[in-house]
Amino acid sequence: MTNLEKYIEAFAEGLEIDKSVVKEGLEYQSIPEWDSVGHMGLVAAIEDAFDIMMDTDDIIDLSSFEKGIEILKKYEVEI
Amino acid sequence: MEELLMRHPYDDDKTEKNKILLDRLNYLTGYHYKNCEAYRRFIDEICGGLKDCDDLSDVPFLPVGIFKRKELKSIADEDVFKVMTSSGTTGQQVSKIFLDKETAGLQQKVLASIVSEYTGKSRMPMIILDCPSVLKNRNMFSARGAGILGFSLFGAKKIYAFDDDMELNLSGLKEFIKQYEGQTIFLFGFTYMIWQYFYKKLIETDEYLPLENGVLIHGGGWKKLVNESVSKQEFKEGLNKVCGIKSVHDYYGMVEQTGCIYMECECGHLHASIFSDVIIRDMEDFSVCENGKKGAIQVLSALPHSYPGHSILTEDVGCILGEDDCPCGRKGKYIEVYGRMKNAEVRGCSDTFER
Repeated sequence: MTNLEKYIEAFAEGLEIDKSVVKEGLEYQSIPEWDSVGHMGLVAAIEDAFDIMMDTDDIIDLSSFEKGIEILKKYEVEI
Repeated sequence: MEELLMRHPYDDDKTEKNKILLDRLNYLTGYHYKNCEAYRRFIDEICGGLKDCDDLSDVPFLPVGIFKRKELKSIADEDVFKVMTSSGTTGQQVSKIFLDKETAGLQQKVLASIVSEYTGKSRMPMIILDCPSVLKNRNMFSARGAGILGFSLFGAKKIYAFDDDMELNLSGLKEFIKQYEGQTIFLFGFTYMIWQYFYKKLIETDEYLPLENGVLIHGGGWKKLVNESVSKQEFKEGLNKVCGIKSVHDYYGMVEQTGCIYMECECGHLHASIFSDVIIRDMEDFSVCENGKKGAIQVLSALPHSYPGHSILTEDVGCILGEDDCPCGRKGKYIEVYGRMKNAEVRGCSDTFER
């Protein structure tokens, strides 16, 4: 599996949504599932997928599909 | 606000703090005056019109009860992103606080900035001393759910201590603690529930959980424990007995000023951070009380932008113990909170849970 596939899967699993919804343009609060409760699940899924632990600031900043890719660079995950 | 966010929560002394905070509060008063009609009427009719204040104690304050009776907001309906409610018991009116993305974000950033002063920057395995169902209704945020979500930011792997019947998951907790042996475990919950469903259960079953390295943050008020004659000291000693925990921090805060919490330091004092402040007022004439004198607590917060809640007179009684000179080294005022005023409506966050 490529990192992009893993990343998409983490979104689908963490937010409990269909993979087809996971794409560029997806933002925090743009769908009902990605609210503050869903956000916790998303963070856990991304951390599990790449075996990393994000800083609190990055969790707060993780506001879109694209932003997540940018943040993951800090953890040496290239998507 | 950007500049304020860059600051450490407890580094600035009185002079510096008053300057920074006053600028922001004056801005907020003007902003809400312009954008919230009910607030404008309040300022015009009660305070004799809008003016820039020279001192924090001059900033006009709203009584906290007004958030129960009126829907106050300074943003357009379509910008409301989340509505938070206080946790009034059935039949009681609850406060409704309207948040936009900006204010909600500020709350989270400030909470992170304050709490990390006590827990450190890195996230920890976390025991949530509550039940999973508290987050089920995602559209209505009770103070309890919001507290748990807000503090979850500091947790990495998480476990709920109770099932939905509030039964302690002892075997699950033991396994969790074992798995993270040697690491600092973060615990969060509401004061009364911790005592009722965690402490009492462990005593009853004669069990010990090895949480000597744990850090516990708890809030929600002491009312029910005062009724059971449990003092703050006994609370700490009791928990130390059943799980060896040494780092236990109470906090004071309210849904009307989420994010700006007053954390208890190592000396047992509740501290105001750079993002907020406390003024104690005489309960008869609302004049400012000197340090050490009991009175009604007024809270000031730099965060409320979407609703006019930057200066609120609470229904709680407290006193200022000192300023800039706590032995723990943190600057700013430190206070003690005695609980709700006698005639006020009773409302304590963790007290809403009734079996």
